Amino acid sequence: MIRRLFPLLLFAAAPAALFAQPTPAPAPAPAPATIPAPSPAQAAPTGEVLTGTVTDDAAWQDLGIAIPAFPTNADVPTQASAGSTAAVGRAMAQVITSDLQNNGLFKPTGPASLPVPSMAEVSAPDFPTWQAKNTDMLVHGFVRANGDGQLMIGCYLYDVALSQQLVKGAWTVGPADWRRAAHKCADMVYSRLSGESPFFDSRIAYIAETGPKNHRMKRLAIMDSDGMNHKFITTGQAIALTPRYSPDYRQIVYLSYLNGTPRIYIYDTERGTQRLVTQSKNTTFSPRWSPDGKWILYSMAVGGNTDIYRVPSAGGESQRLTDTPGIDLGGSYSQDGSKIVFESDRSGTQQVYVMNADGSGQKRISFFGGRAATPEWSPRGDQIAFTYIAGDFHVAVMSPTGSSMRELTSGWQDEAPTWAPNGRIIQFFRTEKNSGHTALWQVDLTGKNERRLPTPVDASDPSWGPVLP
Amino acid sequence: MQCSTRTIAFVLIGSAALSACAPKAPKALPPDPQPSVATGTQNYSSPTTRGPVMGSQADFAATLLGRDTIYFDTDKFNVDSEDAAALQVQAQWLLKYPSKRATIEGHCDERGTRDYNIALGEKRANAAKNYLVSLGVDAARLTTISYGKERPAAMGSDEAAWAKNRRAVTITVE
Repeated sequence: MIRRLFPLLLFAAAPAALFAQPTPAPAPAPAPATIPAPSPAQAAPTGEVLTGTVTDDAAWQDLGIAIPAFPTNADVPTQASAGSTAAVGRAMAQVITSDLQNNGLFKPTGPASLPVPSMAEVSAPDFPTWQAKNTDMLVHGFVRANGDGQLMIGCYLYDVALSQQLVKGAWTVGPADWRRAAHKCADMVYSRLSGESPFFDSRIAYIAETGPKNHRMKRLAIMDSDGMNHKFITTGQAIALTPRYSPDYRQIVYLSYLNGTPRIYIYDTERGTQRLVTQSKNTTFSPRWSPDGKWILYSMAVGGNTDIYRVPSAGGESQRLTDTPGIDLGGSYSQDGSKIVFESDRSGTQQVYVMNADGSGQKRISFFGGRAATPEWSPRGDQIAFTYIAGDFHVAVMSPTGSSMRELTSGWQDEAPTWAPNGRIIQFFRTEKNSGHTALWQVDLTGKNERRLPTPVDASDPSWGPVLP
Repeated sequence: MQCSTRTIAFVLIGSAALSACAPKAPKALPPDPQPSVATGTQNYSSPTTRGPVMGSQADFAATLLGRDTIYFDTDKFNVDSEDAAALQVQAQWLLKYPSKRATIEGHCDERGTRDYNIALGEKRANAAKNYLVSLGVDAARLTTISYGKERPAAMGSDEAAWAKNRRAVTITVE
């Protein structure tokens, strides 16, 4: 029952236009006369606070961003998990700070060490004070409880040196979705400052792992891009592996050992039902979506021989794309859907190949020694991420022609990279030697910024969905 | 006396129940298939007062004494002479009980990527199946399943453990 409710809450609610698109923010809410004073507890001495949080790994994290708590016009209770509107305002700034950390571009300073601005300051910041603190960028925002239980969140980005507003946005959300407004604000700031596409307001499907190494329970699970709003989908009765969100988040394809045969199922996130991708009794695995969601690429083993097929996601005839006697496996579409990168051991070891979407023109691209497996085409089209195997497993990238290979990680077993929707961050799972413990990690394209994504239990096979509408 | 009886019972039951997943040292197995076949025959004709029910999975495991599992080299799926000897004993049992079916599980060590190991486990299970079929076992009685690296028999991350995990295990189905 709970599992059925969940998609309704989450996925049905989102498209239901509860989100106004980043519209010009309404005049920061209410009459200045009713603006609450900053709470005394927050009005900490200002001068040294910022410098106190500066750390020395700042060589390339050069853009300082101050993100004080978002004030509210009136501190009233809400249904949001964070609490009252003032509490939501503090939590918003914390979520934004956390989003903007760890991607190698910014040095955000969060609300814990900054004074809460007044409502008036939200649209007219005290630039001289921030300039005195050597702040580069300033994020302000507000939280207002609408009469109908919804929350309105405003978000403003200022260039402190120029004393100028760069961008602003406002979103109306149900109380359960307050974190999404924070991710939207972080996305707005990130996009405006980096020139890159947003990615924080997105979700991740992965496999939650528990139990001993020789009998791991593996469950399909989903969560927000920052690990929050976590939900288990399958019970663990059958092994679940390699999930992939459909481009519209309505479905997840994954491998399940349900009824004793490993086969691909399409799970409907709104109805909580699932169906087989093909009725074949053969083992089917390694499923992937085409960028337009119309095709599912999969691998099928027949008599020990594995080849790659595609099938319309709505159902229909499968079409075989490879026919070598070895293992042809996986696959990932280029963003325009015209090409597929996949792995094959037809040369004797796992290597990466590219073919046209109809299977023609198969051509090996990896020629650097070692093995190359699990290729994934970047959503930007300029890179292919893969598992590089030379003894240990490392996450690496190369160009779509196989040039400019770079290893980004150096763990004992770093496997199965997938891309953030903007093609700037790669997510993968890392297995510990001997214990077999697994965890989700993210790394940026420099390889310098690596971080572990919090999950309630061990985790593997991460896959990112697109940015939510 | 009591003690030794219990030990025997434990060994029998234990080997039956754990046949699919108990870590075994492949190289330490009795190397002579012929006498073991004879032992199997004797078991079949001997009274059932103590041993497993004839033709059951327990009987299969007790007869095979570890040769329900064959082992592979890294990234390989070929049946070598040691594997062939084990598969011959399996085939003899299966030919003796023509109403029994069997599932062959293909497994891999952890040093391969997840999907590749599922494909490689398919190759291993099918290599074992094809060999049994070549010995006269009806292919319709044999099914295969690959567990890739999801169900290791040995827990370590070293060559000894990996050697035990690169395997195909035959399990009879009632």
